[in-house]
Formats: sequence, C-alpha cells, structure tokens
Amino acid sequence: MCGLGFVAEMSRRAHHGVVRDGIELLQRLAHRGAAGSDPDTGDGAGILVDIPDAVFRAALPFSLPPRGEYAAGMVFLSRDPDARAREERALEEATRHHGHEILGWRSVPVDASAIGALARSTQPVVRQVFIARRADGDWERALHRIRRRATEAARRSGGDGLYIASLSSRTIVYKGLLLPEQIDRFYVDLRDPTFASRFALVHSRFSTNTLPTWERAHPFRRLAHNGEINTLRGNQRWMSAREAALPRDAADVGDAAPIIAPGGSDSAALDDVIDFLLAGGRSLAHVMMMLVPEAWADHPEMAPARRAFYEYHAALVEPWDGPAALLFTDGDAIGAMLDRNGLRPLKYVVTRTGRVIAASELGVLDVDDAEVVTKGRVQPGTMLLVDLVRGRIVDDDAIKTEIATRKPYARWIAENKVDLAALPDVPAIYSLPRELRERMLAAFGATREDLRTILAPMAAKGEEPTGSMGNDAALAVLSDRPLPLFRYFKQQFAQVTNPPIDPIREELVMSLACAVGGEGSILDETPEQCRVLELPHPILTTRDLARLRGSPAPGVLARTLDALFPLEGDGAEALRAALDDLAQRAEDAVDEGARVIIVSDRAIDERRAAIPSLLAVSAVHHHLLRAGKRLRAGLIAESGEAREVHDVALLIGYGASAVNPYLALEMVGEMATSARWELGIEAPAAAKNYVQALKKGLLKVLSKMGISTISSYHGAQVFEAIGVGRDVIDRYFEGTASALFGIGLAEIADDARRRHALGFGGDAPSPDELDVGGAYAWRADGETHLWTPPTIAALQRAVRLDDPRSYAEYAARINDQRERPCTLRGLWDFVPHRSNIPLEDVEPAVSIVRRFATGAMSFGSISKEAHENLALAMNRIGGKSNSGEGGEDEARFVPERGAGSRRSAIKQVASARFGVTAHYLVNADEIQIKIAQGAKPGEGGQLPGHKVDVAIAKVRHATPGVTLISPPPHHDIYSIEDLAELIFDLRAVSAKARISVKLVAETGVGTIAAGVAKAGADAIVISGHDGGTGASPLSSIHHAGVPWEIGLAETQRTLVENGLRGRVRLQTDGQLKTGRDVAFAALLGAEEFGFATAPLVASGCIMMRKCHLNTCPVGVATQDPVLRARFKGQPEHVINYFFFVAEELRAIMARLGFATVDEMVGRPDHVAPRDGIAGRARLLDFGAVLAPATAAGPRHGTAHKPHGRARTVDDDVLFEVGGAIARGEPIARKVTLHNSDRAVGAGLAGEIARHHGSQGLPPDTVILHARGTAGQSFGAFAATGMALSLEGAANDYVGKGLSGGVLAIFPPRRARFSAEASAIVGNTVLYGATSGRAFFAGRAGERFAVRNSGATAVVEGLGDHGCEYMTGGVVVVLGATGRNFAAGMSGGVAYVLDDVDAAGGARGAFAARCNAALVDLEPLDLEDATKLRALIEEHVARTGSTQGSRLLASFAAAVGRFVKVTPREYKRAIGAARKLEVHVG
Amino acid sequence: MAERGFLTIGRAPKRERPIPERVRDHSEVALPLAPDELREQASRCMDCGIPFCHQGCPLGNVIPEWNDLVQRGRLDEAAVVLASTNNFPEITGRVCPAPCEASCVVALDGDAVTIKEIERSIAEHAVGAGLTPRPAAITTGKRVAIVGSGPAGLACAQELARRGHAVTLLERDDRIGGLLRYGIPDFKLDRRVLDARLAQMAAEGVRFVTGAHVDGRAALDALLAAHDAVVLAIGARAPRDLAVPGRDLDGVHFAMDFLTPQNRRNAGEELEGITVTGERVIVIGGGDTGADCVGTSHRQGAAAVVQLEVMSLPATTRSRDNPWPAWPLVLRTSSSHDEGGTRDWAVLTKSLRGEAGRVTALDAIRVAFDAGGKMRELPGTELSIACDRVLLAMGFVGPEAALADALGLARDARGNIRTDAAGATSAPRVFAAGDAVRGQSLVVWAIADGRRVARGVHAALTASRGLREGASL
Repeated sequence: MCGLGFVAEMSRRAHHGVVRDGIELLQRLAHRGAAGSDPDTGDGAGILVDIPDAVFRAALPFSLPPRGEYAAGMVFLSRDPDARAREERALEEATRHHGHEILGWRSVPVDASAIGALARSTQPVVRQVFIARRADGDWERALHRIRRRATEAARRSGGDGLYIASLSSRTIVYKGLLLPEQIDRFYVDLRDPTFASRFALVHSRFSTNTLPTWERAHPFRRLAHNGEINTLRGNQRWMSAREAALPRDAADVGDAAPIIAPGGSDSAALDDVIDFLLAGGRSLAHVMMMLVPEAWADHPEMAPARRAFYEYHAALVEPWDGPAALLFTDGDAIGAMLDRNGLRPLKYVVTRTGRVIAASELGVLDVDDAEVVTKGRVQPGTMLLVDLVRGRIVDDDAIKTEIATRKPYARWIAENKVDLAALPDVPAIYSLPRELRERMLAAFGATREDLRTILAPMAAKGEEPTGSMGNDAALAVLSDRPLPLFRYFKQQFAQVTNPPIDPIREELVMSLACAVGGEGSILDETPEQCRVLELPHPILTTRDLARLRGSPAPGVLARTLDALFPLEGDGAEALRAALDDLAQRAEDAVDEGARVIIVSDRAIDERRAAIPSLLAVSAVHHHLLRAGKRLRAGLIAESGEAREVHDVALLIGYGASAVNPYLALEMVGEMATSARWELGIEAPAAAKNYVQALKKGLLKVLSKMGISTISSYHGAQVFEAIGVGRDVIDRYFEGTASALFGIGLAEIADDARRRHALGFGGDAPSPDELDVGGAYAWRADGETHLWTPPTIAALQRAVRLDDPRSYAEYAARINDQRERPCTLRGLWDFVPHRSNIPLEDVEPAVSIVRRFATGAMSFGSISKEAHENLALAMNRIGGKSNSGEGGEDEARFVPERGAGSRRSAIKQVASARFGVTAHYLVNADEIQIKIAQGAKPGEGGQLPGHKVDVAIAKVRHATPGVTLISPPPHHDIYSIEDLAELIFDLRAVSAKARISVKLVAETGVGTIAAGVAKAGADAIVISGHDGGTGASPLSSIHHAGVPWEIGLAETQRTLVENGLRGRVRLQTDGQLKTGRDVAFAALLGAEEFGFATAPLVASGCIMMRKCHLNTCPVGVATQDPVLRARFKGQPEHVINYFFFVAEELRAIMARLGFATVDEMVGRPDHVAPRDGIAGRARLLDFGAVLAPATAAGPRHGTAHKPHGRARTVDDDVLFEVGGAIARGEPIARKVTLHNSDRAVGAGLAGEIARHHGSQGLPPDTVILHARGTAGQSFGAFAATGMALSLEGAANDYVGKGLSGGVLAIFPPRRARFSAEASAIVGNTVLYGATSGRAFFAGRAGERFAVRNSGATAVVEGLGDHGCEYMTGGVVVVLGATGRNFAAGMSGGVAYVLDDVDAAGGARGAFAARCNAALVDLEPLDLEDATKLRALIEEHVARTGSTQGSRLLASFAAAVGRFVKVTPREYKRAIGAARKLEVHVG
Repeated sequence: MAERGFLTIGRAPKRERPIPERVRDHSEVALPLAPDELREQASRCMDCGIPFCHQGCPLGNVIPEWNDLVQRGRLDEAAVVLASTNNFPEITGRVCPAPCEASCVVALDGDAVTIKEIERSIAEHAVGAGLTPRPAAITTGKRVAIVGSGPAGLACAQELARRGHAVTLLERDDRIGGLLRYGIPDFKLDRRVLDARLAQMAAEGVRFVTGAHVDGRAALDALLAAHDAVVLAIGARAPRDLAVPGRDLDGVHFAMDFLTPQNRRNAGEELEGITVTGERVIVIGGGDTGADCVGTSHRQGAAAVVQLEVMSLPATTRSRDNPWPAWPLVLRTSSSHDEGGTRDWAVLTKSLRGEAGRVTALDAIRVAFDAGGKMRELPGTELSIACDRVLLAMGFVGPEAALADALGLARDARGNIRTDAAGATSAPRVFAAGDAVRGQSLVVWAIADGRRVARGVHAALTASRGLREGASL
C-alpha cells in the first residue's frame, strides 16, 4: 500500500547520483504514501543501499577492515540510557557468541527538526554498529543469527526497544516515520556526496493493516513491499511449526527461531522469512519463487521442469499470497516481482546507459526519451532481476529455468508423491443404516431447514443456495437452541487493502489442491520432502477416505481417532478430559509414525456424544503445534456435523487438510433416492453436485479473503468468534479474535449433549421430525428473529395510519429482548448523561431526520416504484437516499413540479461502475464508494440477463438481456493508495460532493477506517454483517462479518485515538429499526444512520425473502410489471417511519439528558449491560466493545466542509479559460505533465457535465495537448466534446469512467524504442468506461477495458484479463494479449490480432489465452473488416502508430490474422433486438 | 416450489354437496378437493420468508412446508409435518375458521391459499392410511389425570402420553369428546374421524373414563391423591343468557340444549329432545353456534329460520384500520346460511311474548353504534317477529360457576381459572387448559392450549433434558 521503486546501475559503478535519484523517485511517489493526523509525520519512508564505505571510513574513529569483511548494522535503540545500554550489550553478546567482534558504534547524525512532532515523539536513538568478521563460515548467515539472537535476548529481558533495521556486510537501510521529502533532511548521511551506491531501493508507506511506527517503515533488510499478505496468519503459524523441524545438529540454528519476529507487519514477517531462507543457503531468486509462486497449477504453457519446481516446493511451504509488488535485494542482485494476481503496479525503464528504473509508476525520474531502450511493466508472477555483480538483466524465463533445473524435482515428485487416485480401491463403501442415519442427523443438529434449504439445492444444482433480505436472526450465543459450534464463528474478508478475488472469472489463479502429510526441514532439499498425499481438493468422499485408511503406502499411514465424550458427569470436565485424551492420542499416533490423523465422530452412539468437530480438529491441531509435531502428520476431519461450506471452511481454517462430510454425503444420496425430495437426479450425481457446491463455496470463501490457494488458507484461522469464551479460545483456537468472549466448555458440552439427546434420547426421528430450524425463514417454534408477523404488521399499520400507538407496539417488540435476546444492543441499557430534560429542549425531529439515509439498493434489485418512493421521501425530509449500484435515470436529476425530487442524494460507485459517468457524479450530494456490503462482504454479484430489461439496461449503460456481473473487487482499488486515488479522481470531477466509503464490520475495521480517513474520505459507513437486501449466497448472509456494534465501537475508538475522528463523519447501518437502535449507534460513535429493510417494510415489504426470484408479491423487489403494479408504498409511509424513529430517539435523549445528537456521539460510557441478563448472554463481556477511547480529541466529525484537494492541471486550465466551457466555446491548451499530475481531464469533464448534461459538447470543443508522463487516472471520466492527446506515456487507470471523450496516447516522437513492444499505459485502463474513444500506440497492462460498457479503444497489446467483465463497446488489439482474455465478458466485441503471443510465439496462441466461458472466437466478416479498418485508420491518424500503418498497408491480408471475440449471450441479445427492429420497422 | 402459482392459478371455490341433497341429512357438507386440484392449490403457496399464516395459526402449523410437500404429491410426509404441530388436523381441517388464511400473504392482494382445504386433505389421507399409534419409547412412571375430554383435554392427554406419562382422561358425559362429540353438528364434523383419533390415543396408552364428574374439591383431592398432576380442561360451558321479559317461556332454549340431542340422535341414540320440525325458529346470536342452530333447524325441517345479531352488518371487505394480516372483521357466511333462512343485524331483543306459557313472538328494536362502540336504540324502529322457538346462541361466559367455585381455584376477572404460562393454577399440582382458562374460543386454540399445558406439566414432572422437545410425534 504505498509507493516504491529502485534505481540500479548495470555499470556496476557505485555513485552518489543513484542515491539522489532514488530519493527523488521516492518524492515523486509522495502521493502514494500517507500522513496521519500530524501532516508532518508520514506513515514511513526509507531507502536500502550499498554500505557507504567511504562515508563510514571518513566518519569513524576506528579503522574498518576491507569492504565485505565488516558488517554495518542500522540499529534503533531505546531512548532510556539504561535500556539502551542493555540493548547494546545484547548485540555485543550475540556478536561474541557467534565469534565475531564489534568494532564500535556510530551515532547516526540526524536532524530531528526535519520531521513531524508525532514522529519525534517516538523517535528512537539511531546508531550504527560495525562488526568485523572474525570467524569462518557463511558471513551473512552469521549476521542473521546475531541479529535474531540479540533481538530475542533484548526482548526476553523485557524490552522491545532494540530493532535492527539491517545488519549486513553489503547493504544498509535508512528509514523511519518520515515523509518522502524528509528522508535526506533527517538522515544527513544521504546528502553526503561520497555516499555512493550501485542501487537504491526506496519505499514510501501508506499504512492500513497496522499502525505506523519507526520499525514498520520499509525497506526491511531484503524487501520493500506494496500490498498486503492476506495469508499471513497461516504463514506465521506454519513457519513457527517448521521451527520444530529444523535440524538440531547445526549449532547456530537455535538462534534462528523465532524465524518471524513478533509484532512486525506482514511485510516484516515476509522479510524475516526471506532473510532466514537466504541465510539457509538458497539464492534470492529461488527463495522468492518458492515463497511467492506464480499461478502454475493451471498453466498449460508452462515448461514441465518449472511446474515441477513449484509442485515440489508446494509440499514444503504454502504460498505467501496477497496483492504484492515486491522489490528485493541481497546486495548482489536486485529484483522486482508481482504476486500471481498482478494486483499492484510495477513499471520499469531501461536506459541506454545501463540504468534500470523500476517503480509503482512510470515517469518517476526524468529520462530523456531518446535514451530509453525499454519501457515495460512487470507482469503477474514474473520477475525482473538485475545482476549487480555481472551487470546485466536476467530474463525471467532464464532465471526460472536455471533454478528449476538445479535438482530433478520432477523425478522426486514421481517417486514420492502419493496420488489419491493411485491408492488401491476398497471393495465397498460403508453406508449407514436408516435408523442410525436419522439419529445422527438429529444428533449432529441438522434441521428440516438445513435439509430443505441447504442440502437439497446443493445436491440438485451443485451450488450454494441464495437468499435475500439479510439476517435478523439471533446471534448464535443468544439462541436458545443447541446450535453447532460452527455458528459461533464468522468469516473474515478483505476490504480496501487486500482485494478479494473473483474465483469464477479469475479461476486460473485459484487452487484447491492440497498436500496431506509430513514435511522435513525447510532448509533441506531432499526427495522425501515431497512424500505427501496429493488431493485435488479437500473434500473426501467416504470411499476416498476408506481407500486412504486401507492404504499401506508409507506416506499416508492413517490413524483414526474417535472424538467423542461421555453423557454422564460434569459436562465441562468430561469434555475437557476427552479433548486432553484426544490430543494425547494424536501425539502418540504421530510418535508411532502415523502420517495422517483422522479425527472422527462416526462412532457416536447412545452412550457417547460427539465432540463438536471444529473443536476436536482445532484442539488436535493446536496441541500438535505446541508439541512441535504438527508437521509430521496431516489432519483429516471425518465429520457428521459438517454440512455447509462454512463448516468445511472452518475445519480447514483450523487445521484439517481435508474433510469427509460423511453424513451430509449420505443424506444427499438418500435425498436423490427418495421420491420425497424430487431432486431429479441419481444418488452419485447428487453427491457429486454436493461436493461441487462445497468446492465452489470454498473458492468463494478463500477469495473473499483475497487468498488464492487452499494451502495458504489451511490453518490460517481467518475467522473471528462471537460469544466464545477466553479459555476455549486460548486453549483450542489460539490467536482467534473473540470480541465478547462468552461460552466455555460447559456450554459447549451442554449443547452437544442436547443435540445428542435429540437423536439418541428417544425414537429415531424421521427427517420430517427434525427441528424446524428457522434461521433462513421465520418459524414460530424456530430461531428468534426481530422481523416477525407482529412487528411487520404493527409497523405497516403505524406508517399507513400515522398511528403512534402502533409504532410504539412495533418498537416495544423490537426493543424489548428480555424474553428472547437477539442482538447485542438488546442486552444493553442506557446510563443517563444527567437528569432528564424536557422533551422540548431536545433537538427537533426535523433536524434529526436529516441524519438518516436509506440503504444502497439498486434500481434493478428493487423496482422503479420502490426506488423512487424512497428518494421522494428522503428528499422531502432532508435525509438521503442512495442510488445503489447501477446508475440512475437522468430524468430523475431534475425535480418535477409538485411531485418533489426523485434524485438519489447519494450516488454509489461500486465495483461494476454501472452508469458511473461524469454526469451521474456531478448530480450527487454524496458519492459513496462501496467497498463491501453487509450481506456478502468480499463478493461480487450478478444480475442475470433475463432481469436486464430495457429500463435497467439504460441506466446501467448495458444491453437488454445481457448478464451484468459485478466483480468482487474494485479494479482500481487493490490497495489503500488506490482508494486515495479514486477519492482524488471523484473529487476532481465533483468538488462539492461529499465522498464516503462503505465498509463492513469485522475485527480490524478500525485500522482500515483510519486508512480510509487518511485517504481523504469525508465520511465512513460501518455496515453490520446482518444487513442486506439483495440476493446473496445464504452462507455469506449468515457467516461473514460481525454486528455493527463491534465494528463501529472499534472504528470510533481507533479514529479518536489517532486524532482522525474530527476529519470524517461516521455512519452505521445494519438492521437499524428503532430510535433505541439509533441511540446506541450514536453512543458508540455514529452521527448518521442508515436504514434499508425498515423503510422497505414501511413501503410494503413483508420479508418474503424472494428478491432473487423476481416474484416479490408486493412490487418492491421485482421488475415484473404485473407485480410492480401491486406496489402500494407512498413517500408518506417512509416519512412517517423516520419521524416515529426520530421521536422515539428524542424521548430517549430527554430521559438521558442529551439535548443534541452531537453530544451523544461516541459516548460508550453511557451504555451498560442491562440488569438481569439471563442464560448464556451473561457470559458476554462488553468491556472491550464499550471501552472509551484512551485519547482526548474530537469525538465526532468537526470538518463540515468536504476535504479539499491539491490543485490540478484542470484547475489551471479552467482558471485560464474562465467561463468558456460553461458557454460551450471551443478551447485548446498545451500542458506538460509529470507522474504527479493525476486525473488530468476529470475537472474539465465535471465542468462539462454540470453545464451541458450527459450529451456534453460537440466533438473537439475542449482540446488538451499534453506531453510527458501523466500520473494516474489520465482522462478519467472525460466527457463528450473533450479530446485529450498525450505524447509520452501514462500510468494506471487511464480513461477510467470515460464518458464520451476521446483519448490518444503515443510515444514521444524522439523515442527510439518500438512502440508496440513498450508500455504506453498502465493497468486497468478504461475501467467502467461508458462511451468515448481511446487510442494507445503501445502496450497496456492488466485488465484493459475492464467492465467497459460502451467505449471504443485501440491498443497495441495488453496484459492478462483483457476485456474482463466487458458489457459493451469495441476493443481492437493490434498486438499480443496476456492470459484470461474476455473472462466474464458478457457484451461488446473485441478484434484481436492473433499472430504473436506475448513471448513472440506463433500465430494461434490467442485461443489458449482467451477464457471462452462466455465468448465465441470467429473470423471477421465484411462488416467487421470495414469497422476494423476505420478504427485502425483513426488510430493511425490520432497516434501516428507504425503498427497501425503496417497493418493498413496490407489490410486485406491482415484481416485474416484477426479474431473476433463475441459473447454468446450478447450475440443473441443483439440478434433479438435487430429482429425486433425489423419487425417494428 | 412453484414460484408464480399465486399469479397464474386462482383459488378454488369451496366444494360442497348440493343444498337440496344435504339438508335432508346430517352428513358432512364439505367435499374434498380432487387430487390434481389439491396439488395445484398447494402450488399457490409462496413459501414466504415470513409466513404470516404460520403465525396466524394458533398451533403454529408449518404451512409452507406441507404445502410444498402436497404440491409434490408427498402426502405421507406432509402428514408427518402437520402432525408435528397439530394433534387433530382432521378436526381443525373441518371446523377451524382458518385464521391462517386471513393472514396468508397471497390474501394481501388476492384470495388466500386454500390452507384449510389442504390441511383437511392431508389429514384425511392420514386417517385413511390408518392413524398409527406412537406410544412413548420410555415410561416416566408419572401419573396424570385430565378432567374434560374436549379438544384441550384430548391434546394435552396425547402429548403427555407420548412423553411417557400414564394419562387418565376423565369425562363426565357418557362419551369422550366434549364439544367435539356433542357440540359441533355432524354436518360439519363427521364423528368417524374423532373415533379414529380416540382409538389411536387409547393405543398410545391414554385411559378414558366416562361418567366421571369431578364436581368439587373432594373429588379433585381424590384425584390428586392418586396422580402426580391433574389438568382441568373443563371448558367454558356456561352460556350467556338473555335477560328479557319472557325468557322463561316454553320454546326458549340455549343452543346447546338444541344441538346436543341432535348429535346424539345422529350417533344412533333414541331420545326425546327439542325438534323444530315445521316451526318458525329465531336464532339469537350471529356466531358459529348460531349458524349451527340455523343448519340444524333446516335439517329438522323448520318452516322458517331467522337469525338475529345485535351488532351491525359487517362490511364485505376490510376497513382501513383493520388491515391485513389482522383477523378481518367482515361478513362471514357459512354453509348453513346458504341453505336458507334470513339474517338481520343491529337488532336488539327487548322481550319475548307468549301464549299459554309458550313463546309466540319476539319484540325487538333496531340499534346503532357510535364511533366508540356505544350502542343506541333507534326510536321508531320497533319490530316484532312471530315464532315458535327461540334459540339462544349468544356465546359462553366461562366455566360453569358452581363447578369452578367448588374447586376453589383462583380465577380472573372474567371468571376463568387463573394459571401461569406453564398452565399451573393456584393449587399445587393442578393445571388448567383450554376454554376454562382462556374463555370461549376456537378448537384450534384449545388444541394449542392443551399442547402448551402438556409441556408445562411435563417440565414440572421431569427434568425435560434428554427428551425431545417440540417433536413429540
């Protein structure tokens, strides 16, 4: 999340210019870093260079050995002299221990006046240590051990003041809590002309996953990183497990552990591992390849040897996965690489003089165009490596081939790896007798609803069932039912800093393959290390498991352990004893040579209850980890309890390599066999479908965390618990967040026994006699819900008759949860502020309702009538309605006389950017960037073609009948600085709109919100997990995210403590229903309140939960004209509702003594658990949630006007031309651009849209001729009438949201490099473009024209995922394309030149690189050829493209080399439309 | 689940035997739906996320689930699901006024799903297949006496027996069934289904004792001495009387005194009792009992039947302040009304006149109600109706006072026995259920109440842990 780059000289000559250029590069990326509440304190900046030998020799009072024979360490020390002395002694002792000698110390000269006050307040003492090499052996390894030993010794003696930023004989790091421009003012060494280096690796930080400190600044010893490691928790845990397997004989190895120093960031952890493995003897490139492998599993073009390398290492280490641009060096080589997804930008330039400049952006150093040899970009999974010793760039393929052929990896795999399919078959698979199966179903807590709503659809369709309208059921800990332990855990998900992945459209990066079984020492490289059982995916059928059990193969020696406990005796004691025994038996089995431990509940009977399988698996996993034996065996869960995707994901997340959901498998088989269920398929197909649904669901669960492979997810524990007690967490789920603590073993045992009694306490219950359930659809005897027939009836009566008594009845039923608790706030009471005040003294309702907003529900998810009804109501009372994702009919932008305004005050910008044009944006009072939504955080969506009618297609700029896909991530937000960029872009278009960012509550959301505040948002929305109106997978509605109470409280506290709260306004939403809910939200920190379900209910919604079926009988969530005609809601109903809520709030305020809402905001000290809480809720500890902030400062948003932004090129142009654009007069301007000039053109587009609406101006009315390298988002939202040309190059996000303008970018006329082989624009170009034209004389990066719905573009080559999710428009590619072209492309056309692939290979390569799931490839017809020719002609005219000219020169021959890519559905829809025209015409 | 059945398929009109045929006998009026029609009607169910019908039903019948099964032709399984909430669906499927249908979501903008017809069809299927006894798997050794064999007592008895308790059901009358036996006319409820159910209960271990009148504290104490708990399900049998001159004339009867003998005759007993053949009959009271009197009068060959109701003629559609899903206060017409007679509303009986001690006419006046519901007589609207017989069907006021007094239990303001949520009365080990507690109500409420109190008794008798709750069948 940051800016980073390096400068390296292939000349091998060290000089000060490299350092100076590195610092300049850093400063030119300043907009990618961040500052916190103190504008002079950055999130961190630093530089990694050669040891400045000359500087040290001149400065030190003692003499140094020759270069290479001494090491220099950059050391941060405590300011307390005693502590510092201890820390220095620790380092001295460690040095002596390893036989080397400290020559002396140098206090690094710094100028503290150059940095911010906040940075100064935590500034360590910075000293350099000099160590002479006195012993033989690997010098760098010794330095690694010294560093680790000293740090651990200092930490053990009670301090964490010692931090060794670097200790090496080759390189050194200067870094700190600095802004880029402060680095060489603070570290005066860096300005010393004798400070010479062959390279400079720099980084400027934008912190979101951890709070900024001096230590966390980059670079680390080997690494600088832009992005985030999503798999960190699993990586850390497995790395620490590997410590136990390190060879004991090596004398120094004890000093290596812990390999990962505690308390660091994700990047620091990765650096530690790289450093450790380098010290272990592997080369830098080898280490990077094994830790961050490219997507090799499904890569048909990859060389077998290279694939074998990756496959071998997959058995050794799971990938460190997440968006990552990594720069790394060991002083001998410097390199750059991207993760498999390529989610961070990295560009490079090679000059004729042998200089390599790599950075997040192009144009970070001024290079004479004539000097440029190559202008390129690092591609996903590839490596740019500069050999500093030999002075050359090592080709990606060459270096990988060299490393992959060092050992016979393929043979090792063939000889050792055990393939499940190769195990001997077993004669019969077990099948449970009917009675036992029925008893088990009940005893494992299955409900009728589970069978009907979950299992049946999975078995019938092979996918997870979908639901609607969020979740208003009780939290598991508040339920009166003996729910499975799985229900207490919630999935975590990525937002902002680590984008979720699309597991369907970008499946090529995903993998469910997993290896079960032992690993040796990670430092070794032996054939035996890949002696593992290879599974294609982690779901084992019962037959699979039987084969495994029976196998004699040494790698898979299996031992089954029953996970049961007795029915008698004290529950907690019995369960604890059983768990202890289970763990011990597991350890014994490992000691006896078992390689696979099967934790099984299959032996459940009338005397013994099942230990919840999650608890059993996790207990064994953690026990073996603690015993240092975890890596010696794989864990498999044989679980009768696991049914849903969530259950299986939990088992894997807590240590199981594979799961055999035997009971669910039997049940789906039974369902297929019995006419009772009418699945319409045979039993084997049902089981296959069920497994398929689990697999798909698992991919989704992984991808919402931004994790690509199951091996990285395995044991990663990316869950948080709600209502699970401290003892249980610490002992069995160590490292899991559990905000409220809660139940202990006693309650878990009690539930298990209650479930057991349901199955074994009487007659065997038939499936129709199981518990009714009631989690997904309300049931009288089922799970507690807040939306019930009486509450809905009372609310509708209240708003229709304007009847306060009915509202009071409604509110009382919602608020009073003494009998049946349902929400956290239901367990709370108010603590009065002061004695009560008269109601008249309380802020009036008319002012309170302005704080209310309705939820983001798109026109498409709800009907036109319902959508406009909400807008009319909110506009009348001064609140805000939300467009939702999906554009808005511009007819609504103009108020109608008498009727009021139907315009949504909040316009959403969501991942699909449907209808997000300049005109849409300038018609917003607030622009909301939806990062996640409560119902399905981390997931995308899909509006099936049959729902895309003419009206919806119009506002979404789409084609009727064509499916519209919303990608899981925003393709221009892979990181926090991207969010800052998007905010900048939107502000550039519309200066007056407030910008808000919507997040979903989870543990850690506070830190993310702090990042969002630093990124410049005006408002932040914290959504609860339970909200949601549209269709979502049921497992996402129920199992992802946490209640807003937890997320909001954390956000408020974090923002206050970081001095950021005053900068933003906070809104919360998620099942807010009453004034009492609002009061608690205010006290926890919200000053604005969002409602979605309740105003829909006021409009007539009766919670059918059928939104996804288009059959809403009350016309709310349907596009069917017959049903829409039934809509009976009126604006008054919604208005009445909000006034009732406001009045209820006022009564509470009067009682508590608060006169204004502002006074209430952020006062958790006025919330306390209510008296007389009964049942399990008693066990909840609200201390952490209700803790007030520990720092003073604003508790609510004080900045009332929107954040400003830096002056842009557009501002200058607008100033110069006065009102010319408003008047529609032609203008033409010349400008020179640098990479810091961002969103050029967006301001002009906003001006055009404001004055001339969506039709804009005549062509070429507003002309901008630019030169240089443009910053991010060049031409964003450029409107009709604009023509922007750029001689030079541009960075990422060119033409984002293009709204009719024309862009042309071409290389400098002086350039000598070949345009079609060079990068001209960056990643994610034309994202969400709706119309306009773009011409690029050069290559583009990843995701070109993603979600384009109407723009026409010509480009001369592009990276992976081209035309992804495209729904309209035309793209012409005159060069090679990357992989996965046309994934999710449902509309538009592409013409692709198919005669070269990226590696210069032969014609015909394109078909293999195209994702043909939705599209057909065919030759061009005459009409196509005419169109193509015209476009290439325009391309040549606008850019002077030589490639274009060449093609035109022999166009007739060239046409045959093109392939036309058309989505099948689009072809049908267009055909249908044409037929209709003919018919009508 | 057919997703759009509610849009494409209309509600089937109710099927009844032709009037000329049915008024000549006392056999059931309603006819079942044909199998195809049944499935089609069930497919009108929308399987709501919040099924209001399910709340509308006092028993919490899981209507969407069995509708789903019925439309797929799975009547066996539907019967299991239905039985999980309702002990006597063959009875409610016939006599329930179906509050479920009033709150059916389809009724929000159309005609409700024919839930009652479907329930009846499922129940008939189950009865036809033979009601399999489900005796308890265990015995608790606890003994429970239940007094009163109406729907509340029966439901309570079955639930307790299935939980393993030894249940004795006491009935003061000569046959088991209470109102189900002697209150409801046969043309609405064929006694065959009641007998089938009683046979099942007997096989499940319920001991029936008839002619056992628990008429006072001593009898109650005797029961307590022999049982661990006693449940009083003695109904609300005290009828509301008409305090007007001429009330004591011959030919003026409480409805039950007219209906019960007919039911007994239908069962084959030969007995005297009130008959109205060839007579002019006035029924006072516009409710279900009144309608039963009208239908029975038709069948006995009355010359004319007039039904009077003091309240105003209800509207035919819901008023604005009586919105869905509340019970609709609208005009209800039973099959008995279709068969003839006249109905009049807002008529207040002032006196009964007679000759030779026998009623010959009814004097009344028309009334109106103000917004607050206060009644006002309309001067000049006096009317007189000649008659031979007056049947009083004005509802019931509570348990028979003498009995309630004799038992010495705490009562509420309306004279009903006071209990806690579990059904316990003011006396230790004595519980009460049904109309005796809630006042006159519906059969469906009585069953629900019997089930509720059974859970209360069971909880009091055992630590309920280890026994399956809620899924007692």
